[in-house]
Amino acid sequence: MTAGMEQVARTAGEDEGRKLGTAETIVTYIVILVGAVGLMFPFAWMLSTSLKPLDEVYSYPIIWIPSQIIFENYIDVFKKVPFARYLWNSFVLSVLGIIGNMAGSSLAAFSFARLRYPGRTLFFIMMLSTMMVPVWVTMVPTFIMFSRLGWLDTYLPILLPAYFAVPFFTFLMRQFFLSVPVEIEDSARIDGCSSFGVFFRILMPLSIPALATVAIFSFFFYWNDLLGPLIYLRSQLKFPVAMGIASFQSEQYANFALMMAAATMALAPMLVVFFFTQRLFIQGVVITGVKG
Amino acid sequence: MIALPKTPRARREALEGYIFLLPWLLGFILFTAGPLLASFYLGFTTYRGDRSWPDWIGFANFTKLFQDDLFWQSLKVTVIYAVGFLPPGMALGFGIALLMNQRVKGVSIFRTIYYLPSVITGVAVAVLWGFVFHKEFGILNTVLELFGVTPISWLFDSRWIMVAFIIMGLWGVGDGMIIYLAGLQGIPTELYEAASIDGARRMRRFWNITIPMMSPTLFFVLVTALIKTFQIFTTAYIMTRGGPNYATYFFSVNIYNTTFMSLRFGYASALAWLLFVLIFLLTLLLFRSAKFWVFYAGEKEETA
Repeated sequence: MTAGMEQVARTAGEDEGRKLGTAETIVTYIVILVGAVGLMFPFAWMLSTSLKPLDEVYSYPIIWIPSQIIFENYIDVFKKVPFARYLWNSFVLSVLGIIGNMAGSSLAAFSFARLRYPGRTLFFIMMLSTMMVPVWVTMVPTFIMFSRLGWLDTYLPILLPAYFAVPFFTFLMRQFFLSVPVEIEDSARIDGCSSFGVFFRILMPLSIPALATVAIFSFFFYWNDLLGPLIYLRSQLKFPVAMGIASFQSEQYANFALMMAAATMALAPMLVVFFFTQRLFIQGVVITGVKG
Repeated sequence: MIALPKTPRARREALEGYIFLLPWLLGFILFTAGPLLASFYLGFTTYRGDRSWPDWIGFANFTKLFQDDLFWQSLKVTVIYAVGFLPPGMALGFGIALLMNQRVKGVSIFRTIYYLPSVITGVAVAVLWGFVFHKEFGILNTVLELFGVTPISWLFDSRWIMVAFIIMGLWGVGDGMIIYLAGLQGIPTELYEAASIDGARRMRRFWNITIPMMSPTLFFVLVTALIKTFQIFTTAYIMTRGGPNYATYFFSVNIYNTTFMSLRFGYASALAWLLFVLIFLLTLLLFRSAKFWVFYAGEKEETA
């Protein structure tokens, strides 16, 4: 499209078009740059604070760059709270959540995308409409159900729904399966391959990019989730990072150097994952967003 | 009516279809449809979580709601936030996408930077913003002081707290960017070429081609953003717990507190259903309004 715009400008009058172009490019750059710096400012501020001695955090006027870089704040976080445990718990929750979401959503998505049976369209519409239901509406009965089962203070209430085809991920996987040509499976079916064979031997290996997208989104969900742990978890040693920081904050509210060190450590895995998987991330947003 | 499959092969495929669908079907019954019906029922009771059967009280919860100051406050706060955040959020997000659609050097790095804050969310970010907004030691006031603004007590002044939340929301404005960009790239180049041959200037092309062609995308982003905005929770819970003086007592915070602080399960269910109905009606309203401003290229022109 941009190429088209350039061509248009050229036909409109060469000199005028080009002069305007340079001025515009400069303005565009300045605007983009100022915005980018503004957006990154809080992150830079977080990092700088986490590496400062406390008296420099509480100085007026503000000290932008620490006089010396210290890592005591990070070490203190681990001394004051079981932060390593929090990180580990988040890791465990994320991994189990990823597995659940990949398995559950791809099974149902295969059914929606590839198999014909009475009621399929109806079920699909039902699934799509549940995507609109706020968590708040199902929260009370779900909480009662899980507490009656004696699952409070376990990961089961948080993880179990992932294994039963979360609509968003099912939709994502279905859209992906629809883009795979049917011809690929036809020959396998002629050779006597069952639906299970088609699913496991043909579609699954082809779906690695889509599965990776599901994995990344689930990782972000479980790493960030506060509501689930807040409702269901009681013992501190079971807290994931999000919940750990929430409780840490209520004790150490005044110690910003410590809080920023904890926040940096909580955000770092997300930043790393995002930078390395950006392409898949964007693909996922486009599949579920535009085609929806 | 639904026709039953006739051939053995079709019957087998149908059976397999249901087997693969089973995880979703069970999840749908256990975690969505079942709880949905249950909370609808509980909304008409005084249930408090004990083992006895809930007492049916008819519409009493709902009539009580209308005299409940906290309910009105939470509704007011949520609507103010939505009204204050959605229009600038939509405009800024779209503006950024237009900028990012230019072919300038390093644009992919900038796309990452603009997108990042909308991805990195949650408790840690709320904690970070709590510090950014700090009256004496936060950067926001420091930057504003350069322009001669006296320090603002962002988080403890009920007049400013909503502004603080909107600023924080706008930080994640890159959220719709990816979807806008995909939409922008889907506009056929010929439209622009034909328009400039006809002598249409840039602004004209923007209003008469870009905006109508992007309206379905804008519509989609607006609907999703609206649903999300009405359920804001984590930031409010972490940063203010609904304060100061209930100025950020969002609807979801009210539901959470009613459930887990006061243990009024019946009343909380009524509240939750009201939120659901509200979101549903607003979405419906948007869909109704769509025919006036959303342009679908595949359709014949009827309204325009």
